[in-house]
Amino acid sequence: MDKQTYSPELLTHLFRQMTLVREFELRAIAERRGGLIPGFIHSCVGQEATAVAACAALSQQDVITSTHRGHGHLLGKGGDPKYMMAELAGRSAGYCLGRGGSLHIADFNLGILGANGIVGGGFPIAAGAALAFQMRKEARVALAFFGDGAINEGTFHESANLAGLWRLPVIFFCENNLYGEGTPQHKQAPITDLARRADGYGFPGVIVDGNDAIAVYEATQEARRRALAGNGPTLIEAKTYRFRGHYEGDPQVYREPGELEAWQARDPVPAFRARLLASGLYDEAQLAEIEASVQAQLDEAVAFAAAAPAPAVEEALQGIYADTHEGLVF
Amino acid sequence: MRELTYSEAVREAMSEEMRRDPSTFLMGEDVAVFGGVWGVSEGMLAEFGEERVRDTPISEAAIIGAGLGAALVGMRPIVEIMFGDFLMCGGDQIVNQAAKARFMSGGKAHVPLTIRVTTGAPGSAAAQHSQSPESWFMNVPGIKIAVPATPADAKGLLKTAVRGADPVLFFEHKMLYGETGSVPEDADFTLPFGQASVVREGSDVTIIAISIMVRKALAAADLLAGEGISVEVIDPRTLVPLDKETLIQSVAKTSRVIIAHEAHLRSGPGAEIAAVLAEEAVEYLDGPVIRIGAKNVPLPYSPVLENFVLPGTEDIVAAVRLLVRR
Ligand SMILES: Cc1ncc(C[n+]2csc(CCOP(=O)(O)OP(=O)(O)O)c2C)c(N)n1
Repeated sequence: MDKQTYSPELLTHLFRQMTLVREFELRAIAERRGGLIPGFIHSCVGQEATAVAACAALSQQDVITSTHRGHGHLLGKGGDPKYMMAELAGRSAGYCLGRGGSLHIADFNLGILGANGIVGGGFPIAAGAALAFQMRKEARVALAFFGDGAINEGTFHESANLAGLWRLPVIFFCENNLYGEGTPQHKQAPITDLARRADGYGFPGVIVDGNDAIAVYEATQEARRRALAGNGPTLIEAKTYRFRGHYEGDPQVYREPGELEAWQARDPVPAFRARLLASGLYDEAQLAEIEASVQAQLDEAVAFAAAAPAPAVEEALQGIYADTHEGLVF
Repeated sequence: MRELTYSEAVREAMSEEMRRDPSTFLMGEDVAVFGGVWGVSEGMLAEFGEERVRDTPISEAAIIGAGLGAALVGMRPIVEIMFGDFLMCGGDQIVNQAAKARFMSGGKAHVPLTIRVTTGAPGSAAAQHSQSPESWFMNVPGIKIAVPATPADAKGLLKTAVRGADPVLFFEHKMLYGETGSVPEDADFTLPFGQASVVREGSDVTIIAISIMVRKALAAADLLAGEGISVEVIDPRTLVPLDKETLIQSVAKTSRVIIAHEAHLRSGPGAEIAAVLAEEAVEYLDGPVIRIGAKNVPLPYSPVLENFVLPGTEDIVAAVRLLVRR
């Protein structure tokens, strides 16, 4: 890492957001145990670098589609942990008024077109948003996050083909964490380097170390440049690993012995921290201060969620259509 | 008023909306160069160019989902799915994505997406190209469903769909494309969803007829008039939302009701309508609610078999006679 290339703002942003994602997940897990959060949590602990650094390479006007493992993507794209925590708690102060929960958080102002409960559900949506940008000649891209499991859904292939054919400004960002639920990647596809699939659709596929925030940032930036130059999509395969269960409560019987420990030795958050210290650009006190500010922000988020009132039951009947038609059967 | 075919009326609605709003565009399989396999979009490529009249790969999930994605960032796409039977290939994008985006996002998502799709049996197209899948989607809150039976309704409802902010499944019956009728020329002619049309007034029996069955119900009404039976024909025009008031008012007048659709009988649109009448209009009824629909078998290829399975004018006539003689 050299100071010529990367501004302190960017480095601080990456470190702060990665710390925020890690700590947000740990808080959410604790609050789920404590009863504040009623629903599923698919944490992205271990995958902070992919989520944060990919989003850091985007502009505010760019859009993302996210997944069931989406908290990192949302925070990376500027999501406010306060409204996220309130949504996880099912409160009407949450991003989706408590109607969506972890799997469905969206914020169109931030370019978050939605997490998704359907594996592979976001590909066509990202392609369509990119089509709109292309038609309107806007300098914007759409980035679809997805897992190594999702790449086997038909929607990937339909959307990659369409995006390749029309040279849509899309980035297909695969977080290959080696598992889809409990089934290892090598039992889900006959190839291990999923980036190769891009070749069939006429655009480049690149492999990147998903635990290296700078590498992820650079690859995404390059893909974005390509897209904005009118050269179409890129498939980025970021090799990474999730440290916790598929969902909180997963017994995790499927891991290879020693596998988790080996990946934990390459934990992206402390790795980036060490790199910042080694660069001489930051000292221990500065980083500790950032970490403390993250904790303070999360204290506030949890308190906000806990204090927010539950929705009124009638709210369940609202907001299904743009208009309401009194007396009609909907 | 000039006459148009149903197909021309759909094309006119699309073209007018595309002239009116640059964010409206059409995409689907063979809609551009070929003009749509049903010919509905013929000539539109020449007027609007390939940016806005787009041939797509054969990828129903990508077509519907890309329409949704474009809608979420401010476009008003019209997508065409060649056969209603193929909606299942893009089913997730309709049922789990488009229909729920607004609700799940706490009202943040606007989904001005119109999915035009053909429905019904065109004759010996067999089991995978003949279905009337409207009611499959009636069970999914968040999607609206239009089933126009006339050229004017097709134009007015399609324009409303395109201008709206919700996803609409717009079912065009293949055997109605050639049907002619007078259609308003006004470029701002629209018809509201949730407003049934009283197609023919009568006093003895109400026939609630959907899509192509409107035509068959009118034929039945003509026949029955010769027997001194006065038939009222009501077309709901949209199944979601459903104008139950008009249906109930008619039943209050006639005390007898038949619901006719080409969809399979079991859990077809008639099941929902019958339930609404049972719940809210039972005091007006002098007899059972009778449903007429396709027999509950996959649609067969051989014309002999197909005719046997599909509901026809004679089925309506027989049901009316039965009800009136009770
Ligand atoms: C269409 C669909 N099929 C199955 C599931 C159940 N499911 C949820 S997450 C998941 C694994 C997804 O694996 P991957 O895409 O690699 O993402 P990861 O969980 O590893 O982040 C499965 C099978 C689902 N939600 N949607």
